Amino acid sequence: MNPRLDIDRITDDRRTRIIVCCGSGGVGKTTTAAAIGLRAAERGRQVCVLTVDPARRLAQSMGLTSLDNTPRLVDGVDDEAGGSLHAMMLDMKRTFDEVVEAHADPARAAQILANPFYQSLSSSFAGTQEYMAMEKLGQLRRSDEWDLIVVDTPPSRSALDFLDAPERLGRFLDGRLIRILTAPVKATRPFGRVLNAGLSVMTGAMTKLLGAQVLRDAQTFITAFDTMFGGFRERAESTYRLLQAPGTSFLVIAMPEPDALREASYFVERLAEERMPLAGLILNRVHSSITGGPVSGGPVSGGPVSGGAGFSRLSAARSLAAAETLEAVSQNAGGASEAPPGYSAAAAALRLHAERMNLGTRERRVAGSFMSAHPAVPVIEVPALPDDVHDLAGLRRVGESFAWNS
Amino acid sequence: MTARDTDWDGVRLHVVTGKGGTGKTTVAAALSLALAHASRKVLLIEAEGRQGIARLFDRPPLPYAERKIAIGLGEAHDGRDPGGDVYAMAIDPEGALLDYLHMFYGMRTAGVALTRLGMVDFATTIAPGLADVLVTGKATEATRRKQPGSASGFAYDTVVLDAPPTGRIGRFLNVSAEVSGLAKVGPIRAHADTVANVIKSPQTAVHFVCTLEEMPVQETLDGIAEMRAIPGMQVGGIVVNMARPPVLSRPELKAPPDLTAMAAALGAAGLYDPGSLAAVLAGELGEHARHIELADRERAELGATGQPIYELPLIAEGIDLAALHRLAAELRDQGAA
Repeated sequence: MNPRLDIDRITDDRRTRIIVCCGSGGVGKTTTAAAIGLRAAERGRQVCVLTVDPARRLAQSMGLTSLDNTPRLVDGVDDEAGGSLHAMMLDMKRTFDEVVEAHADPARAAQILANPFYQSLSSSFAGTQEYMAMEKLGQLRRSDEWDLIVVDTPPSRSALDFLDAPERLGRFLDGRLIRILTAPVKATRPFGRVLNAGLSVMTGAMTKLLGAQVLRDAQTFITAFDTMFGGFRERAESTYRLLQAPGTSFLVIAMPEPDALREASYFVERLAEERMPLAGLILNRVHSSITGGPVSGGPVSGGPVSGGAGFSRLSAARSLAAAETLEAVSQNAGGASEAPPGYSAAAAALRLHAERMNLGTRERRVAGSFMSAHPAVPVIEVPALPDDVHDLAGLRRVGESFAWNS
Repeated sequence: MTARDTDWDGVRLHVVTGKGGTGKTTVAAALSLALAHASRKVLLIEAEGRQGIARLFDRPPLPYAERKIAIGLGEAHDGRDPGGDVYAMAIDPEGALLDYLHMFYGMRTAGVALTRLGMVDFATTIAPGLADVLVTGKATEATRRKQPGSASGFAYDTVVLDAPPTGRIGRFLNVSAEVSGLAKVGPIRAHADTVANVIKSPQTAVHFVCTLEEMPVQETLDGIAEMRAIPGMQVGGIVVNMARPPVLSRPELKAPPDLTAMAAALGAAGLYDPGSLAAVLAGELGEHARHIELADRERAELGATGQPIYELPLIAEGIDLAALHRLAAELRDQGAA
């Protein structure tokens, strides 16, 4: 049995300075990151939540109405314990522009900012978001204005993209192609002949593919960018080291569903390889308890709690059998309207319960294979909520489901 | 061949997008099975390199090559029409680049050299738009490919593209705009224009997969607005996936449950401790009622777009080939294919 993930212990520990929420798209990363930030703030931490792509209403609930790349104080947070909550949405292009301006002299910076390749690179989604999230995280951490930063990673195809971004940048910068494009002079050195031959095939092919003008733009861009590559890369690497430092905790978020857990599995293995500190797995939107602990009727359900005594005892099979009995009685009586009162409602509720139990069985099976492959990873379950979360009260309720004694 | 009206007659390239986690790949696969009726040949393309299609069809990872993967739904269930063939392939930018160089310039070795030198990394890093053009380029090439002797004259009657998620779909499909900033003239520009001619035409429809939850619905509405803003782009249907039908009529769900009557019924069915069980079940019923109410609200928002809506049920056991066929039949019965 996997240990239970204690999020409060992590956020209460003053040595925790960064929490990174990772996972594939659509698993509730942003909401989880916001809920953790809010709870930590209300327990006394000075928190900044860095989010990348929040749903509009969730963003509004935190007072984030525009992308302005500056952390804003969130109103309505209980500050009795002395904590505070700031939140910001990443403006990828602006962050990139700032990096360029910080690393190049004004004339060169202007030249880079105007280049079509730079404009395409800095506003595209693939990859840039990850570098910039990493860069912004580094900036926030270095500013030392907050004692806890909660990061929501970009909505990438794969959770690994976030970790791979700096390395990919490095590989790109060290790439032979860049060397050739930026330094044709070097081709006259030893191996020059081979490189020269390669170069002409290359440039020939690239001209065919892209056209001469694109190639020239690319060369101009890379030459202009080259001088600042070093500083850029150093920063990416130092942020990467920050992620390996003891003050960082990674939380992997998944739903009890095969694709999300497969991603989570890759990610857990990858963190171990990188010696990055994994705090645990948050299993989001669980319909019935997987680890055997209580999954309550959900933080929002005010009525009778569906995790009660009868809940786990009545199996899907018995439930369906009872539903069939009631339906048969109704039919013999000449239809639902002739049947004793409560029969059709009870039969429907039993079928619903059976469906829920079956879903639970499937979730347990899927999550079980993750947990048996990673028995040491602490896990916590967050019950499926019927409503989407879009206010602080909702975030607070999600946060309550993290509590150790829920 | 059976003549049958569908909502998308004349569409030869079906682009399927959706928010992550809504079952976009599943719907694309089911749609391709549904389209492969009456001996029609369908190509299902995966553009994001997740190998989700291979997993759905229980096959080894798909290569960058068109392979037969399944047989579509027949028109009649008595075996007179066994259904057409579904082919599948996974497109990655690297394969698409090599293919492009080979197909248009006959350059195979140069292509391999480019790959070795990191050209593809370069292209995807410095200008992701270029990678998108290569991927959409392959999909449109398959759509346009002629095959003399086939009934339609084309190699494939229909192509289904499992495209990137809703958040990236505009950028992905609006290739010529994406490339025009980089290339004003030249071969890649010409290529992008050819691609755009197919994508921004009545031959192509962009379908949105979503679930009846707030965020996926909002993203779908945003995505549809984005598509409508691109001249020539045809918005297709909205596929509501994993829908859960109400277990009671809506008025019955609204009324507070009669716990005493329910307990009596549960007791009559031979269940132990019917009183507390009734309370538990009533709680679950209440949650279900709230879920249905929210789903109805989201459905109405989707309905306001005026696009056709298809609804696929949640399959609790998970998706296997049988489930895909069931979803395909649903899509066909509702007129999507």
